[in-house]
Amino acid sequence: MNAIKATGLRRSYGDHEVLKGVDLNVQRGTVFSLLGANGAGKTTMVKILSTLIRADAGSASVAGHDVASDPNAVRAAIGVTGQFSAVDNLMTGRENLKLMADLHHLGRAEGKLKVERLLEQFDIADAADKSASTYSGGMRRRLDLAMTLVGTPQVIFLDEPTTGLDPRSRRAMWEIVRRLVADGITIFLTTQYLDEADELADRIAVLNNGKIVAEGTADELKRLIHGGHVLLQFNDPRHLEAAARVVRNASRDGEALALRVPNDGSVSSLKALLDQLDEHSVPVDSLSTHTPDLDDVFLALTEKVHQP
Amino acid sequence: MTYVLTDSATMVRRNLKRMIRYPSMTFQLLIMPVVFLLLFVYVFGGTLGAGIGGPTGGRAEYLNYVTPTIILMAITAAVQGTSISIAMDMTEGIVDRFRTMAIARVSVLTGHVIGSLVQTVLAMTSVFGVAVAIGFRPQASFAEWLALVGLLVGMAFALIWFSAALGLASKTVEGSSNIGLPLILLPFFGNGFVPTDSMPTALRWFAEYQPFTPFIDALRGLLMGTPIGNSGYIAFGWCVVIGLGGYLWSKKLFNRESTR
Repeated sequence: MNAIKATGLRRSYGDHEVLKGVDLNVQRGTVFSLLGANGAGKTTMVKILSTLIRADAGSASVAGHDVASDPNAVRAAIGVTGQFSAVDNLMTGRENLKLMADLHHLGRAEGKLKVERLLEQFDIADAADKSASTYSGGMRRRLDLAMTLVGTPQVIFLDEPTTGLDPRSRRAMWEIVRRLVADGITIFLTTQYLDEADELADRIAVLNNGKIVAEGTADELKRLIHGGHVLLQFNDPRHLEAAARVVRNASRDGEALALRVPNDGSVSSLKALLDQLDEHSVPVDSLSTHTPDLDDVFLALTEKVHQP
Repeated sequence: MTYVLTDSATMVRRNLKRMIRYPSMTFQLLIMPVVFLLLFVYVFGGTLGAGIGGPTGGRAEYLNYVTPTIILMAITAAVQGTSISIAMDMTEGIVDRFRTMAIARVSVLTGHVIGSLVQTVLAMTSVFGVAVAIGFRPQASFAEWLALVGLLVGMAFALIWFSAALGLASKTVEGSSNIGLPLILLPFFGNGFVPTDSMPTALRWFAEYQPFTPFIDALRGLLMGTPIGNSGYIAFGWCVVIGLGGYLWSKKLFNRESTR
């Protein structure tokens, strides 16, 4: 059964149409990632599915309940951790969790047990009695997610959960998400980071300008782009110059002494490339082949749409 | 919605906790009306007291005249706090979290309202305490005391709901802090500080029909035994109208889509 199902969702703010008919299906117990740049409509999508706003057209159901006609049943089944921190800054971490336990009508003993377990699990036990306003970004995000989990939701919406976090906190957040999936929770994740979607998601949909422009597993999306590239590494700028003159379609790879050459990675095409360099006596330090990554896919897909 | 009471109690606890963590606002709400009381009694009281035409006149007479007004001002000052704290809360992400939870929605508001009511009762008590300390001697019977408390809490409750709506309607926190100013000034354009007889005709007409005038008449009557007439019923009517209007308006504003 589908945990989330949306058909033809449309939504405008004033004259600006943010969602232009979005369809998607999310299997229960999987991680679904909605990938898109800022302003693509990701947050609007989360807001509709989490009953914060209504769609202008189309329909959606979450955990088997229609978001428009039965929002309360949806609310009882979901947890939302938004882009902006949703903790009470004047209260401590423990008090924030206790507040959630009370609002979920857990009994005194059960609530206490759950709060303590989450404090431990999310590594906030040491700061449990400090005001949330003193927490670091990563810690606040962990508290935020812990608060979402007090009610044991079936479906969790994570709207850009790692935006603004340092690399370490990001990894920690990914680890937490993986553990949630292992517990059978369905996760709807929005992100603008391709590596994040690649790391976590079972299926990825690319949202661009209010429309889904591609959907599939990370591998399926990568196959949309033909071929990959070869990276040639040099240890002398003069050798790099020489190679750039010899090889067609090559592009410099930033500041590094490297050249990026489109290549499908087959033995014959590699040999041809090396022969060509050898012929002109250009010494190459090292060579590596690369299959297309999601960056290639994302750029290719969103550029295609932007161009008239 | 069987959880309205439970959820509201939870939200009240949240707001009381927030008040304790952020005490400067509560402190200000308690101090301001006391300063007004002392100002009007000691700075203006000697002169104004001579003009209100009581049997003895002077400062002591004016203390009796103005104390009910200052108690009302304790309410109007405290409800500004309601607007500000609601407007502040709406800018925080946690309210959107509440909106995505299966809770009794109105509890987010009742939490603020009951919290403010506690603040307001504290403010009224502090004014009353200081007034008694400087010589205010009410002559109410037990039944009159009950009526008095009922009327004060009723007006506080009504104005808090009204201010809650103002707080929800204002776009920014700064906006919400200005929006309550007319409420603070309203007692001046009535019988709060001087009798309405001395005012120009148009102003007198307004002063006699605005909601605070019957309310202050009723308070004076209950406290000091001056004639009440039908002021008590009119004041009660205003409480119902303002309170119900404020409640319905707040509910409507809170249930509209979150735009912040």
